[in-house]
Amino acid sequence: MTEKVAAPGGFHKTDVVIIGAGPIGLFAVFELGLLDLKAHLIDILDRPGGQCTELYPEKPIYDIPGLVEVTGQGLTDRLMDQIKPFGATLHVGQMAESLEKAGDGWRITTDAETQIEARVVVIAAGGGSFTPKKPPIPGIESYENTSVFYAVRKMDRFSDKIVVIAGGGDSALDWALNLQPIAKRLVLVHHRDGFRAAPDSVNKMRALVAEGKMEFHVASIKSLRGAEGQLQGVVLNNKERGDYEIPGEMLLPFFGLTMKLGPVANFGINLHENLIPVDTSKFESNVPGLFAIGDINTYPGKLKLILSGFHEGALMAQQAFRYCRPDEKLRFQYTTSSSSLQKKLGVA
Amino acid sequence: MKLIVTDRTGNIHELDARDDWSAMEVIRDANLPLSAECGGACACATCHVYIDGAWSEKLPPAAQQEIDMLDFGLAVQDNSRLSCQIKMAPELDGLSVTLAPESL
Repeated sequence: MTEKVAAPGGFHKTDVVIIGAGPIGLFAVFELGLLDLKAHLIDILDRPGGQCTELYPEKPIYDIPGLVEVTGQGLTDRLMDQIKPFGATLHVGQMAESLEKAGDGWRITTDAETQIEARVVVIAAGGGSFTPKKPPIPGIESYENTSVFYAVRKMDRFSDKIVVIAGGGDSALDWALNLQPIAKRLVLVHHRDGFRAAPDSVNKMRALVAEGKMEFHVASIKSLRGAEGQLQGVVLNNKERGDYEIPGEMLLPFFGLTMKLGPVANFGINLHENLIPVDTSKFESNVPGLFAIGDINTYPGKLKLILSGFHEGALMAQQAFRYCRPDEKLRFQYTTSSSSLQKKLGVA
Repeated sequence: MKLIVTDRTGNIHELDARDDWSAMEVIRDANLPLSAECGGACACATCHVYIDGAWSEKLPPAAQQEIDMLDFGLAVQDNSRLSCQIKMAPELDGLSVTLAPESL
């Protein structure tokens, strides 16, 4: 078996829904799988790994027991291998938006209108959902979704418009290059004449600027001018020119992602400073059947370590079994000696 | 040794810093609002601070990785640094920084 990536929008029924496909959510699939519990994973990112792949895919981690050194991507790859026998379903690029009671269990709906019913819900959302950073420019909210966008969903929205892109990473440069041919004018604004983006994109951008097909300003955005959500001008600032305004009808700020708790805050669970207090014998929240493991939970002595989250997932799975299989006896077994576990793992 | 921190409402905090701790760790240890999401890996730019006055020149210069990561900082200025990359040391006693704005 292998994990399946589900198309958005369907209806599914399973034992356990895990919100967050970071290392803790992934390993929870393993612990649940040993108990024959099926799991679906939801993640706002378009791939599993959470912070490990989003923030430090290439950086080494030295405190995973038994792995002297592993990168964030390496750990994710190994966990994906380890959970393969259990055929979890992945719902990636989706945010778990609402939670409601459904019979004995729960129904979760994502922002892509996927519905999943499960007896147990496990929140393994780390520091929250990764969402685009919003620059603190006065009044920017009043232009959001009309003139200011933090992602490009429909390119034709930018056709024949004066498009201002802010930032110096790959998203900023890639979209500057992609939108330049269709925009009326493409203006890139960055605080320095240097970019963290791929050198190839930077070279292409510089060539377009040299040909007069793109504008580049070393400046910061000070304020916006417009009316009724329609942007007309962007006020820039730099040392040479002080404040100056350029025409702009669309603004795309690309400053990477930040973690926000998001809709989980509205799930009716007790929160303490944006963390979910849990009982450490089961890692269950104050709501029966709703669990929290990994960085998102809190309890006396909590350490935000990947290894702690693995332990939390193992204990959660025991209690999840009692909810999902109330008539069955839980049998505690070791993978080393149990032929039935080895069969599940596909090694016997 | 002291680390002086101006928070986003303008309040000034005089923190006890420890040798070898990063400025980010000192600020977080004092429970000031600094998200520092990646935990000090120079991978997120959410520990962004402005270095006050002449302290900028006294700090060791930013490594290329920090300069690149600041591309994901918000409202970056010439005196912007990532506080996870500033290691406290006796010569930085009295270092003064201001917390940069966070994402809306």
